[in-house]
Amino acid sequence: MSDSPLLELKGVSKNFGAVQALYKVDFKVHAGQVMALVGDNGAGKSTLIKGIAGIYPYDEGQVTFDGKDVSINSPRDCAELGIEIVYQDLALADNLDVVNNMFLGREKTQRFGVLDENGMEQAAKETLESLSVTTIRSVRQAVAGLSGGQRQAIAVAKAVMWNSKLVILDEPTAALGVAQTRQVLNLVRRLADRGLAVILITHNLHDIFEVADKVTVLRLGQNVGEYSPKTTTQQEIVHAITAGEMTHVPGMQEEA
Amino acid sequence: MATQSTTSTNSGTTQSLGDYIKSRMIRIRSGDLGSFPIIIGLIIIAIIFGTLSEGIFFYERNFVNLLLQMAGLTAIATGIVFVLLIAEIDLSVAYVSAVGGVFTTLMLRQEAANWPWWLAIGVALIITTLIGLLHGVIVTKAKVPSFVVTLAGLLAWSGVVLIMTTRFSTAGTIVIQDKVVLGIANSYLPMMWSWILAAVVIVIFTAMQFSQRASMLRQNLMVKPMAILLMQIVGLAVLLLGVVWYSNKDRGVPVAAIIVLFFLLLWSFVATRTRFGRYVYAVGGNPEAARRAGIDVDRIRIAVFMISGFMAGVGGIILSSRLRSVDTNVGGGNLLLNAIAAAVIGGTSLFGGSGRVSSALLGALVIASVENGMGLLGLASGTKFVVNGLVLLAAVLIDSFSRRSRENSGLA
Repeated sequence: MSDSPLLELKGVSKNFGAVQALYKVDFKVHAGQVMALVGDNGAGKSTLIKGIAGIYPYDEGQVTFDGKDVSINSPRDCAELGIEIVYQDLALADNLDVVNNMFLGREKTQRFGVLDENGMEQAAKETLESLSVTTIRSVRQAVAGLSGGQRQAIAVAKAVMWNSKLVILDEPTAALGVAQTRQVLNLVRRLADRGLAVILITHNLHDIFEVADKVTVLRLGQNVGEYSPKTTTQQEIVHAITAGEMTHVPGMQEEA
Repeated sequence: MATQSTTSTNSGTTQSLGDYIKSRMIRIRSGDLGSFPIIIGLIIIAIIFGTLSEGIFFYERNFVNLLLQMAGLTAIATGIVFVLLIAEIDLSVAYVSAVGGVFTTLMLRQEAANWPWWLAIGVALIITTLIGLLHGVIVTKAKVPSFVVTLAGLLAWSGVVLIMTTRFSTAGTIVIQDKVVLGIANSYLPMMWSWILAAVVIVIFTAMQFSQRASMLRQNLMVKPMAILLMQIVGLAVLLLGVVWYSNKDRGVPVAAIIVLFFLLLWSFVATRTRFGRYVYAVGGNPEAARRAGIDVDRIRIAVFMISGFMAGVGGIILSSRLRSVDTNVGGGNLLLNAIAAAVIGGTSLFGGSGRVSSALLGALVIASVENGMGLLGLASGTKFVVNGLVLLAAVLIDSFSRRSRENSGLA
């Protein structure tokens, strides 16, 4: 784990009209680290992520990525930095096979713009093998026939295939059973072990204590603390989520 | 089986014949029937009409007629396949094809425009493609369902056809006055050329298959058994040479059939081997996934409507050439329904994302065979409609049953 964070947000805020969705949030994640982002509904998790994704750029605050100040104003900026986001609905095309989904929008071509199917199949297999995803029988199988955990694995593999440095996973285990949750958490761990930074948005405290190195708790748009699961109990985190101490009372004007 | 099909072990090898057949059987049993039902259907149709017509159905002359009858329909259905792949519909194709046919015919009139054939055809195809562009832009930008936009197109373009045909002739019938355009559906490839063409296609197919196989082996991917590959090559050769041989016993292979074959190969290539084709399937399967992958979904949709318009134009010119003239009825009748039915019977899903360009050919073959057979039997048009309806229903039922069993086995 390196000393300086890969991604650091300093004092980012975001308003939607009168609603203060984020207020001076500090947040950081290191390479090789799984950072869990937790909070109740409406705590600002999604807004924070959408700021990183360039969907709703922050109103104020500083974003540093890989030691450089950056401004992310569109999803394209985000992808160019090497940040990939796996949304909850995964966005896979059921009728296409695993290879086609992993390369969708970034197909390899050979002469005359002809698709390089073999090259893509090879690269897809390598990526899946490097992530130890062994449950998929054939990469030429339509995604429709895969289980929830397998689909999640494909979506993650798709995200890491492009030399990404930071992968953001939005509730990857929300719809999964016990065995599949374990597979996905193992996959999350392997991403960090490969040196990627991972932000894991989750509602499930069990997931956090299973894989996360650090936990950032948001409450009503503010960062109410960063914890380390090794030295924290579940109670403390639950307390922070529901009653974490805030520096600023929402709706009140700032003094001075 | 278990070790053969995992991704990690045993790559870069040839799948054994037994494993190949086994995996195929699993797919068939789980409802992935491919072209199997339609080939069975064609055999049944051939037996029924062959028997009822006392063999006339199988005459060389009738076979060539059948090729001519299905050419225009296949062209139009090819465009429909693309539209169905993105889960849209184009109800205007029949009259758009008529616009293409009538425009070409009008521009060839010696007493008026007297354009050369290539200019008339070229401009006609540009016009029908632009009509597709117009439909596509309205569907994507105004977000009106394609069903409504192309229904309006159906009405409007039928009016345009009527205006164009009655303006220059009181009878409403205009004869095509150009040898080349007439020749499209009324001339035949010299016998020697048809043999050479078939041989060239077989050689190219074989070369492509083997180079593909070599590159897959180089990259450690699993390839299908050599026996299956050889069977496919021999199958294609028998089919093509059979068609050429049988046609040559009569008048020869119609030029129109060659034109349609060219477009089928072209669009098959576009659909399966290019980014554009991949995006068409992605937009049909999950537009949101396509959008997030950075695909300009609207542009793909518009392009597909342009393909539909273009192929309708091609079909329309072939159909008018076959009748040697255009009249006020062109584009009417059940041309639209036959074109959509051909795509669906051939196995293209109405719900987007699944189907092949070749389904236009297979579906058109079924429809043209049934119409041709009933024509030989001299059935009343009422009976013809009923039978056509039943054939379409049967195709949709097979599709529905196979989808259900695919869902049950978790493949749909």
